[in-house]
Amino acid sequence: MEDIILNKLNYPILTITTFLPMVGALIILFLRNDRLIRWVALATTIAAFIVSLPIYQHFDKTTFKMQFVEMHQWIPAFNINYSFGVDGISILFIILSTLLSILSVLVSWKSIQKKVKGFFIALLITEASMIGIFVSMDLFLFYLFWETMLIPMFLMIGIWGGQNRVYAAIKFVLFTLAGSVFMLVGMIVLYYAGGKTFDILALSKVNYPVTLQIWLFIAFLAAFAVKVPMFPVHTWLPDAHTEAPTAGSVILAGILLKMGGYGFLRFSLPMFPEASKMFLIPMIALSITAIIYGAYVTLMQKDLKRLIAYSSVSHMGFVTLGIFTLNATGLEGGILQMINHGVVTGALFMCIGIIYERTHTRVIADYGGLARAVPLFVIFFSIFTLAASGFPGMNSFMGEFLILSGAFKATLTGGAISIWGVVLGVIYMFWLYYRVVCKDVNPVIEHHLYDIDAREIVALIPLVILIFFIGVQPEALLSYMHVSVQHLVERVNGVGGGGMEVLNTVKAVGEALK
Amino acid sequence: MNIQLSAMMIMPEIIMTVLALAIVVVDLFVKRKDIVALLSLITAGVVAYATLNGSSGEAFSAMYIADGYSVFFKLVFIISLILTILISVKYIEIEEINLGEYYTLMLFATLGMMVMASAGDIISLYIGLELMALSLYTLAGFMTHNTKSNEAALKYFLLGAFASALLLYGTSLIYGITGTTNLKAIAAYLSVHGVAGNPALMFSLILFIAAFSFKIAAVPFHMWAPDVYEGAPTSVTAFMSVGPKAAGFAAMGRVFLIAFGSLQLNWAAILIPVAILTMAVGNVMALTQTNIKRMLAYSSVAHAGYALMGIIAGGSEGVAGMMNYLMIYAFMNMGAFAVVIMLNTKESKGDQITDYIGLAKSHPFASILMLIFMFSLTGIPPTAGFIGKFYIFMAVVKAGYAWFAAVAVIFSVISAYFYLRIVMLMYMMEPTAELSLSTSTGTGLALLIAALAVISIGVLPSGVISLARAAIAGF
Repeated sequence: MEDIILNKLNYPILTITTFLPMVGALIILFLRNDRLIRWVALATTIAAFIVSLPIYQHFDKTTFKMQFVEMHQWIPAFNINYSFGVDGISILFIILSTLLSILSVLVSWKSIQKKVKGFFIALLITEASMIGIFVSMDLFLFYLFWETMLIPMFLMIGIWGGQNRVYAAIKFVLFTLAGSVFMLVGMIVLYYAGGKTFDILALSKVNYPVTLQIWLFIAFLAAFAVKVPMFPVHTWLPDAHTEAPTAGSVILAGILLKMGGYGFLRFSLPMFPEASKMFLIPMIALSITAIIYGAYVTLMQKDLKRLIAYSSVSHMGFVTLGIFTLNATGLEGGILQMINHGVVTGALFMCIGIIYERTHTRVIADYGGLARAVPLFVIFFSIFTLAASGFPGMNSFMGEFLILSGAFKATLTGGAISIWGVVLGVIYMFWLYYRVVCKDVNPVIEHHLYDIDAREIVALIPLVILIFFIGVQPEALLSYMHVSVQHLVERVNGVGGGGMEVLNTVKAVGEALK
Repeated sequence: MNIQLSAMMIMPEIIMTVLALAIVVVDLFVKRKDIVALLSLITAGVVAYATLNGSSGEAFSAMYIADGYSVFFKLVFIISLILTILISVKYIEIEEINLGEYYTLMLFATLGMMVMASAGDIISLYIGLELMALSLYTLAGFMTHNTKSNEAALKYFLLGAFASALLLYGTSLIYGITGTTNLKAIAAYLSVHGVAGNPALMFSLILFIAAFSFKIAAVPFHMWAPDVYEGAPTSVTAFMSVGPKAAGFAAMGRVFLIAFGSLQLNWAAILIPVAILTMAVGNVMALTQTNIKRMLAYSSVAHAGYALMGIIAGGSEGVAGMMNYLMIYAFMNMGAFAVVIMLNTKESKGDQITDYIGLAKSHPFASILMLIFMFSLTGIPPTAGFIGKFYIFMAVVKAGYAWFAAVAVIFSVISAYFYLRIVMLMYMMEPTAELSLSTSTGTGLALLIAALAVISIGVLPSGVISLARAAIAGF
């Protein structure tokens, strides 16, 4: 019990944050009016966001311990507890989930016209399971949320998706399921090896035999690699992203992909430290492959959404690279970059959704000259393009910088090769920008274009603010994770460099920028 | 052991027999067959009450055992009986097989299963098995005007008789070796006399495995299942896919874990490939089916494979896992069949998978229930199906077969495809034709019970798990 701080607020804040969207879904179930349903969904997501804010206010940054812990017996037969808690690694993902859910409701306002009720119920259940994943302190509970999320996502892609939606939906479920079932077996093995408990903290303290660690690392890798997705199991992602409705793409890119990275941080590294070190080279090699290969494939895409989807493969390669540098700089960069990727890619998918609503085409060749036709839209699109290509002063720059400095510390060659990924990132984003925004207005879409309205601006503004805020003040986010990451690094490497080291790096960059 | 005490222990069976016979008589004077259905439901309720409050112990020189294990299985049978009766009322009216004997045969089949679950002797086991099987052969061929139904009955009868013969052959060998047919006496003999290498014993073991494999539809004795499931009246199919299968497992648990408990290494070596093949064939063959009843037949073959894993794992956890799995399977499979039966109307048989295209548009409520059952059968949380698989895997890993669990989950992923295909057809395709459902109070009630059970066990599994654990305390 020395590793947890029980919830000191006089209400179960994590339970409320997690299940509030479920309550909203339940209310929507009994509504008939589409307009009302949209408003209830929006109100629910905003309420969940507001409810989650005190977590940040009361969070103690000076400890790695789990905070706001709630613990109740659930299935005593297997020593399974209903236990929620938050530490420096998971805390940022909660706000990311609640924020992106609001934006997802906003972007679905007009674009979802059929089966409105079902859509928003699915969206809210997805939100609840996403938050649940990040606050679970019990492996069984974690797995429950992890798998539950498949159901609404499957329906969201399959019912409200594009042309090829059914194929994409089934591919998504089969890939994800194939990965996670091995984690299921792995976690049962872990249960017996770790002293008949599913408690994540207890399991993270046991030193397992190395052979067992290797097997379990592989079992958990199967689940996380598919979710991230790492090369070569990334092939579901372009299909799912492309076919999903805008809100689905935002959630997929913004949060679902982060579940894999989070899994590495929460399970693979602290539970199997020896195996993590043994798999270091293959994992870094796979990450770099994803960065470079993903970037090259992105370059040749002809479809807007597919392009962003493949760029996700490349960006997530940076994340796994950061995680498997196994030093504090890289790890914090990895976490920060997950948030950044959620914000930027979410924003780009929203932009594509907005413009698709008008033109009904995603073929890049149909576009051109948006700067003349929809200048307001282009302002936002330019900001997001710059952010995605890692422009200094914006959020991705900070994340990529930390990851690369971590990578150089871990392996010089690896760092050197992944730099090329950054260059490619600039190339594909700017080339996309050139084709879509510059030149003359393409006659194919000329008559469909009209500029963005207030609702869409409201949906995009928070992301713009976040991009600049994180870019200029990364410490505001990083300060939450220093202690937890340091604890993690110590668990993996024995004693290692911690938060101070990152702070110095960040300060140095700040000086240089000035 | 005096006869009165023994009679007390078989009180549920006595009540069942008397009431079932009474219903046969009442049926002669009643025109409306839904009254017979109601009487059967009441009978099931009374028997359930008697089972739960019955005295426990060994009756009739240990021919018969009333313990927590048998009570749990009897509950599973009665649950599937009640759900079957509920979905039958409308269906047999549509199919014009609305005869009172339908319900009495169901009751007798359940009686046979109850005897099987309580059998402490291979002979009493055999009597229960035959009572169950003979009632089911008749029920499978109940649609006398339908050639497919006739074919199903005949096929089931011939192959079932063959399986019974194997069981008797195995019994005779065992009797020859040990001089007894009592399960505990066999166990005692085998543990005292080290006869593990005896070829006759091994041969009888194989015969038992073959006979039980037939009853639970495990590969390679599953061939009858798709044809019989497709041809039999849908309500009977629903019943057959749950009750008799559970009864087979109940008997199997006693025979293998008590009588042959000391030979676990030997039979596990045979049952492991059987279980893997059962999951493989069931799940892979289900992929290509176009008829939903056939698909569910192969799916039930596959589920037998998962439940078998519990027996292979052995020990109290394995058995409890198997029991828990069968209880959950009863609810989710019955639920799925309840939806299937609703598609059967006067105009259309509705047993093609393509009949589900666009169902969500016209019948959102039926579709959401089917969705829940399909996800549960796949084993995705928060449904009960996941808890069932989870418990089984826990037991298997505990017994040291982690690789076995890893193999099983691969087939679970394969099964996701054909279960989710139904969801896909219902939700992601536009309807091609006007669909109508045959709804009734009974079917609605059955669906409600099944769906509530699937969700509540999925979220709060503690109750069922502790029930199963308590049931094996005296096993």
